[in-house]
Amino acid sequence: MNKTFNNKAWWMVLPVFLVVAFNALVPLMTVVNYSVQETFGNNEFFWSGTIWFQQLLDNDQIRASLGRQIIFTTVVLFIQVPLGLTIALCMPRKGPWVSVCLVLMALPLLVPWNVVGSMWNIMALPDIGLLGRTINAMGIHYNYTRDPVAAWFTVVLMDVWHWTSLVVLLCYAGLVSIPDAYYQAAKIDGARPWAVFRYIQLPKLKHVLTIAILLRFMDSFMIYTEVIVLTGGGPGSATKFLSIDLVQKALGGFDLGPAAAFSIVYFLIILLTSWLFYTLMMRNEAN
Amino acid sequence: MAKITIENLRHSYMPEPKRDEDFALKRVHLDWADGGAYALLGPSGCGKTTLLNLISGLLHPSEGRILFDGRDVSGETPERRNIAQVFQFPVIYDTMTVYDNLAFPLRNRKVDEAEIKKRVTAIAEMLELTATLSKRASGLTADGKQKISLGRGLVRSDVNVIMFDEPLTVIDPHLKWQLRSKLKELQHRIKRTMIYVTHDQTEALTFADQVVVMNNGEVVQTGTPIELFEKPKHIFVGHFIGSPGMNVMPCQVKGGKAFVNGHEIAAENAASSNGSSRLELGIRPEFVTFAAKGLPVNVVKVSDIGRYRVVDTRLGENSVKLIVPEGAAIPEGKAHLAFDKAHTQIYSDGWLAGEAR
Repeated sequence: MNKTFNNKAWWMVLPVFLVVAFNALVPLMTVVNYSVQETFGNNEFFWSGTIWFQQLLDNDQIRASLGRQIIFTTVVLFIQVPLGLTIALCMPRKGPWVSVCLVLMALPLLVPWNVVGSMWNIMALPDIGLLGRTINAMGIHYNYTRDPVAAWFTVVLMDVWHWTSLVVLLCYAGLVSIPDAYYQAAKIDGARPWAVFRYIQLPKLKHVLTIAILLRFMDSFMIYTEVIVLTGGGPGSATKFLSIDLVQKALGGFDLGPAAAFSIVYFLIILLTSWLFYTLMMRNEAN
Repeated sequence: MAKITIENLRHSYMPEPKRDEDFALKRVHLDWADGGAYALLGPSGCGKTTLLNLISGLLHPSEGRILFDGRDVSGETPERRNIAQVFQFPVIYDTMTVYDNLAFPLRNRKVDEAEIKKRVTAIAEMLELTATLSKRASGLTADGKQKISLGRGLVRSDVNVIMFDEPLTVIDPHLKWQLRSKLKELQHRIKRTMIYVTHDQTEALTFADQVVVMNNGEVVQTGTPIELFEKPKHIFVGHFIGSPGMNVMPCQVKGGKAFVNGHEIAAENAASSNGSSRLELGIRPEFVTFAAKGLPVNVVKVSDIGRYRVVDTRLGENSVKLIVPEGAAIPEGKAHLAFDKAHTQIYSDGWLAGEAR
């Protein structure tokens, strides 16, 4: 067979290559560039090797932020995924209430992030906020601006309020797409509600749950706006997560080198964890 | 195993049905013997799946009763009715092995593992699934999955009835034939009441001893495949069963004799039809032959179907088809037709004249 070789077609790829280059590769490489150099201004750079990376790994403050970040993401995932799934299972499948539920669920997702932060900031204030006053009126001492436990409670509650809906909507979409025949067959096979959940709904939701967990992992691991508006990372550094640390370094201190090294490590953690999780979840699909 | 009686059954998907058209199932009476093979045959939307789901208990009737061996089960759940149902699309439990899939209905009923093993092995043997028992069910082909659905129905020894809702829709044509014979064979072997819903006449006629033909939410005729073929009670049955369907042409009846376009035609039930309603004469293409004299027609088209040919002729405004065996001569242009009297029937308002509905 004679195949015509026409390498001119490669030019067609050029526009895509340029777009990708300018929106991803170039900025990323700039960061890589900064991470191995030192500057004293004047746009003059000196090679510094891996020193920023070494400093980063030795930095107790950043390690503490990473620890808090991991705890925060874990807590948030363990609350939002089961809660979201439960709400989705309880939502009606047909009738006029479907749209009502969907709109109510979508609302928190439509609120801008800094507005979410301000809302909860005001609502949780112990002297004038509805939530803060109510909790204190019940006799529980609550002041998120002073008490780390209260601050954590408020941050987690805010994130649950803001993002559980995403899990709900994804799970609901997955549930609705299960054909009726599965439920009918289960009824005829005499399956109890638990068995229906375990052997029909959960396996059919595997893909959407994987996506939901991935999205929630990435988003919660990168959380910045809501927390900075609500607690500013405080009290002390009780709610200081990785992104807050990073911004302080990059913009506050203008330490380009260390901040760039930080960004790269931050990015790699998210990338590796997501890849690992996705591969593990999908490993059985092939056979 | 049970004898199934359906009394005055009506069903509507609307909350407050008023008119007859609101009912998906208008009024059905049926009596099915224990251990029989039955088919519900009809076009899409005729109510056959509704009737099936009412019998299985997935739906509850608006009116009427369903009795299993004389016991009223109308209000009971599918589980209490102890029935099995196989759906149009194979339903399997993805995360389980083939063995666990087959064992699932038994495990839900707390049967002990030794008994489960015995039954699952026997059913797998019957359905030729033994080699795949330890595999994950999600990896099987469509027909393999449908066999599992089937197996889950057969695995319980005490089911009252097994129902099939167009189970071969997603199966490849050559496997369809195999599975169909398998089903028929199983029915003979285990002698359980089976109800098979389909819109495919071949499937219905090969599977069932008794076929129930439905249209517009009503049962039009119940009978053996031969009865449906030779004596359709309604012109719908004549059209729906047979390929090509029955010839139907308007006719007049005067003094106990039938006339089409002024030509007298001998019909079996001509005497019993009254002249006041819309009258039609029906005859299957298999019973029409070319003759030296008889009804004058024009031959318009000949289609070769393989072992026989279908000849399309015109009689005035009406088309009359006949089946001519391979090798027989076919006249061109003008010709004459003879109708077999024993299979020529008069229909009054669509229904076979002189028969009780």
